[in-house]
Amino acid sequence: MSRMQNAVVESVKTVLGWVPAQWLPGGTPDPLILRRAAIGRQASRLDGPEKVRGQARFAAEVAMDRLCYASLVHSTVTLGRITRLDTANAEAAPGVILVMTHRNMPRIGTLALIGLTDLSAVGNSSLPIMQEPAVRYNGQVVAAVVAETQEEADHAASLIEIDYAVDTAKTRFDDAKDKARTPASILIEKNHVSVGNAERELGRAPHRVDNIYRTPGHNHNAIELHGVTVAWQGGSLVVHDATQMIAPSANALAKLFGLKKEQVRVLSPFVGGGFGGKGLWDHQVVAVAAARLVDRPVRLMLSRDSVYRMIGGRSPTEQRVAIGADADGQFTALVHTGYSIMPPYGACPEQYTLGTRALYRSKSFEIVQRHVDLDVVPNTFMRAPGEAIGTFAVECAIDELAHAIGIDPIELRRRNEPDRHPISDAPFSQRALTQAYADGAKRFGWERRLAEPGARHDGEWRIGMGCASGSFPYARMPGANVRITLRRDGSATVSCSAQEMGMGTATVQVQHAADRLGLPVEAITFEMGDSALPAGPMAGGSSQTVSVAGAIMAATEKLTGELLRLAGNDSPIAGLRAGDVRLVDGGIAGINDPSRRESYRSILARAARDEVTVSAAGSAPLEMLKFAMHSSSAIFCELRVSKVTGEVRVDRLLGSFDCGTILNPKTAASQFKGGMIMGLGLALTEETLFDERSGRIMNATLADYHIPSHLDVPEIDVMWTGIADPRSPLGARGIGEIGITGVAAAVANAVFNATGKRIRDLPVTLDKLL
Amino acid sequence: MNPVSYQRASSIDQAIQMAAGGRGRLLGGGTNLVDLMRKGVERPSSLVDVTTLSDAIEETSEGGLLIGAAARNSAVAAHLQIRSRYPMLARSILAGASAQIRNMATVGGNLMQRTRCLYFQDVAGARCNRRAPGSGCDAAGGFNRYHAIIGASPACIATHPSDMCVALAALDARIQVAGTRGARTIPIVDFHRLPGERPDLETEIEPGELIVAVEIPPPRFARSTYRKVRDRASYAFALVSVAAGLTVRAGRIEEIGIAFGGVAPKPWRAFKAETALRGGPATSQAFEAALADELADATPLPGNAFKIELAQRTLSAVLTELSGSDR
Amino acid sequence: MAIRINGTDVAVPDDARVSLLDLLRERLHLTGSKVGCNQGACGACTILVDGERALSCLTLAVQMDGRSVTTIEGLGSAEDPHALQTAFIEHDGFQCGYCTPGQICAAAAMLREIEAGVPSYVTPDLTAPVLVSREEVRERMSGNLCRCGAHNGIVDAILQVAAERAA
Repeated sequence: MSRMQNAVVESVKTVLGWVPAQWLPGGTPDPLILRRAAIGRQASRLDGPEKVRGQARFAAEVAMDRLCYASLVHSTVTLGRITRLDTANAEAAPGVILVMTHRNMPRIGTLALIGLTDLSAVGNSSLPIMQEPAVRYNGQVVAAVVAETQEEADHAASLIEIDYAVDTAKTRFDDAKDKARTPASILIEKNHVSVGNAERELGRAPHRVDNIYRTPGHNHNAIELHGVTVAWQGGSLVVHDATQMIAPSANALAKLFGLKKEQVRVLSPFVGGGFGGKGLWDHQVVAVAAARLVDRPVRLMLSRDSVYRMIGGRSPTEQRVAIGADADGQFTALVHTGYSIMPPYGACPEQYTLGTRALYRSKSFEIVQRHVDLDVVPNTFMRAPGEAIGTFAVECAIDELAHAIGIDPIELRRRNEPDRHPISDAPFSQRALTQAYADGAKRFGWERRLAEPGARHDGEWRIGMGCASGSFPYARMPGANVRITLRRDGSATVSCSAQEMGMGTATVQVQHAADRLGLPVEAITFEMGDSALPAGPMAGGSSQTVSVAGAIMAATEKLTGELLRLAGNDSPIAGLRAGDVRLVDGGIAGINDPSRRESYRSILARAARDEVTVSAAGSAPLEMLKFAMHSSSAIFCELRVSKVTGEVRVDRLLGSFDCGTILNPKTAASQFKGGMIMGLGLALTEETLFDERSGRIMNATLADYHIPSHLDVPEIDVMWTGIADPRSPLGARGIGEIGITGVAAAVANAVFNATGKRIRDLPVTLDKLL
Repeated sequence: MNPVSYQRASSIDQAIQMAAGGRGRLLGGGTNLVDLMRKGVERPSSLVDVTTLSDAIEETSEGGLLIGAAARNSAVAAHLQIRSRYPMLARSILAGASAQIRNMATVGGNLMQRTRCLYFQDVAGARCNRRAPGSGCDAAGGFNRYHAIIGASPACIATHPSDMCVALAALDARIQVAGTRGARTIPIVDFHRLPGERPDLETEIEPGELIVAVEIPPPRFARSTYRKVRDRASYAFALVSVAAGLTVRAGRIEEIGIAFGGVAPKPWRAFKAETALRGGPATSQAFEAALADELADATPLPGNAFKIELAQRTLSAVLTELSGSDR
Repeated sequence: MAIRINGTDVAVPDDARVSLLDLLRERLHLTGSKVGCNQGACGACTILVDGERALSCLTLAVQMDGRSVTTIEGLGSAEDPHALQTAFIEHDGFQCGYCTPGQICAAAAMLREIEAGVPSYVTPDLTAPVLVSREEVRERMSGNLCRCGAHNGIVDAILQVAAERAA
């Protein structure tokens, strides 16, 4: 985001500040907040029967005639150029159809980086893809082999010989800090925030903490490997992809390969986990190019090793958090600065300070992020980018300050709870973190915590409790489109290119559409996962549900108008206007006089129509600019630390969430828990081992990168305030990412409570506790 | 993976014959070999499937057990005699890998499994003397959290990843081997080699030989167990593991066997510590002193220095637990 | 030369490198068995060989000659689902659904292992009868990774089926 865009966003916010709330979308709360039937119901997933039988079809599972298989070769050097490339043995190997390198890869442009300027700007890297001999990071794709079977392709790939001229690469984080850049903005927020003189306030404060926190790199590690099955059909392209961004990917591929939008179809009905990693990377582009050259359908499923080498993860960070407080514990200074990696060809600024702006009141702030430029696979967005690790630093610091002052950490947070956004002064659309804490503390039994560290024992184990706040901003994406077809038989189909990667997309939107259209859930079909459908936004930023919901709202308004028009003058609802009616019980009824109603069946029959179809886009998400809209949470953890081995075992984990309306308690609980479990991995076991000598990731396997196993995961308790957000569709805010936030701090704070040891470098491994 | 031929051996002699010469490899459950073939670490031209050879678990005339090399790890752990008479062996196997892998992996294959060193596994990107003799060792200055603190050499610091072998070492198991030059028996403690200057020579097995069975002497210990310390609660390799057996009478240690996993290039039998403790008091001070002596020669690296203390504490806790109810 | 897969005999592939997983997915289009790592580190490819759970990614298809393999497709059908399949839906024991077939196959075999009295690393007494508990199930299912974080639902589903069987 440029300085100019920064200025534009700022000025829009300023203007919006003068506009009365009711003029803005969401100004009048969504009426469904008060009358829900299917929404809020504990419904099982609609796609459950397919998933438990292994019948859900993922991208690398599409059968095709004459299908052939691709395998990739990655650079083994970090920076340099290819000086010799011998593909003869590979080409001569059994079953080989094509060896593709920069020499014969079709000439294409580069991908536009993820941004807000253009809906096809979804690239994670702006580097050329197999277009030149230059190598920019260790693991970059340098060749692809296509063969009759996967075994033959993999073998032939191992026969390609490459020599490189190697340049000195930037691979050491600490060395590169001196040359770190200070960007003007972080996503759409101004980067450097300076309110008052925080350093001076810190110096004067009677209580203060000032520490450095470090978090390592992480990888998404969705269990489904990135995979794509590609077929050129005439001049058109069909891509079965595992992607979180169906419509934008189709646009981007069209642009890259010089096709019209209609000539590219991306299908992705099921994605086997995404977490930010299933975007548009080099492999889709290579597969599309290879399929064109061999003129056959091509399947490319990355190996797990390839996923680590060419799909970026979460950047490591080094963060300074300093807090000064007066005698009453009121913050006088809040400093959050640090370094993360962001190569110039990457898209993700790892926004670890953004959440800090909205969490606490303080007399002064000093917030700024600096980007370290290394020669690495570009890092990208990974579940709660920024907040997942930013909350680790800030929420540990809060705990440290509470300990220093000698007050309960929840009480310290309560004393600094803001009533408006602390930086922008915008009103919160809704915020009940204090209540979430109170409810959570009660259920968890927080009062049993002993403030003195190391005071509780059970045999070999020291026991501790900790808590921390989580937070994640609300987002609704522009460009969400849906089509609604309502039929005379009282059924309806809602269509959108939306993505399903485990959130329960169809399940929840069916519940929503049922209530919105006044139909039973059985009458609704939700079509998705296909770029041929009306374009939905990417699944990212915990925004898909409300984005699609906003579009369904808009389409329903249009449908209502259309139905009123079709109803004509002979209807009981004749003369009523869109604002006077609601859709209920399979028809339209007057709000003030519900006896004036007519069923869809009757309206369509009289109009001699089998169905009526409308398409609409969601309104511009201006509520995000007018209000401070954030979800927040209180995470509680109880754990044991072995006095013998330092092993940590989490016994209890509770999340108390304030995230607006909960649309489906069953799937929502799963999403919260899923985020919290990823948070346990972040806290205790996960670390991408980047060898700074070579620039190479060394634990590119699921055996050596430890995501939590069943035995690492205790029974997790989740609860929520359920207070609707009056500014959002359905009163809902996203829930996909907030679960992970705050967990690492809650664990580290519990470890401190158990042992008296303050671990500021993640993960909290046992050697740090011996 | 290179093209490879496959044959199934129906007898020991046939297996020896099939595997003789060339770049053949014996294939058990494939849980390690197939993975290494995919990574390009192993490039055999032929595979000889030995999973149909003896998997019997029988009592020996001297009162021990004889386990066929093709016995599945899970079958060994589930065997009633092993559970009741050699709990450390059952527990060590149950601590390893996952249930699926234990169902596939054979006893012979477990003995022959190769290190999990990240640099050993990375054919394309790292130097490794064990994989490519003389190429160098990138682990020494790299990530060596899982590497050896004792028994390593400048050429190689990798650890042996097996859990089962650690218990076998403490139990004084003997490995029965057959080959073109006849049959022989190798004590487990001699079976795996220390790296020295030739880390690529991992075991005493000669070309043309195969493991036929594992012999376990009659139980020596009143109580025994296995404790594994790792980065994840389950399904992870050991940072440190301890197999220990103990017989205490009237507060004195009558019999003791200790072996460590995760600290050395082979299952590390703590002979020094055993000798120091045998006949002495079963107290935590004695345990700690004995092990300090055992690990006096340790040469830790920045990434794994914590293992010295971890090994000491874990052993002390295990022995304390074992001596607990016998006193 | 044949492998019995879900009750049907299938020819052993000529190429010895072909894994059982690749045979299932790419040649037989039985895509319920999933690829998560292809190296024995995630459990997504779990199938049953002669009723016991195994990893199809590390099993060479040629080794299965004469053996009987059951995949998720053979475990239950739309009309007659396995009790675990029903329980997984009930307890929301999955999100994306990718590790799910492997979890269910593993769980089916695991319940039989417990019934047969096979202990685990967390079983307190190796010679006493094995009791079904949350901790036992968690340890025994640890070879099946899940990244969405459906662990609680998976364990709840398995415990429910175990309780129903015991009843």
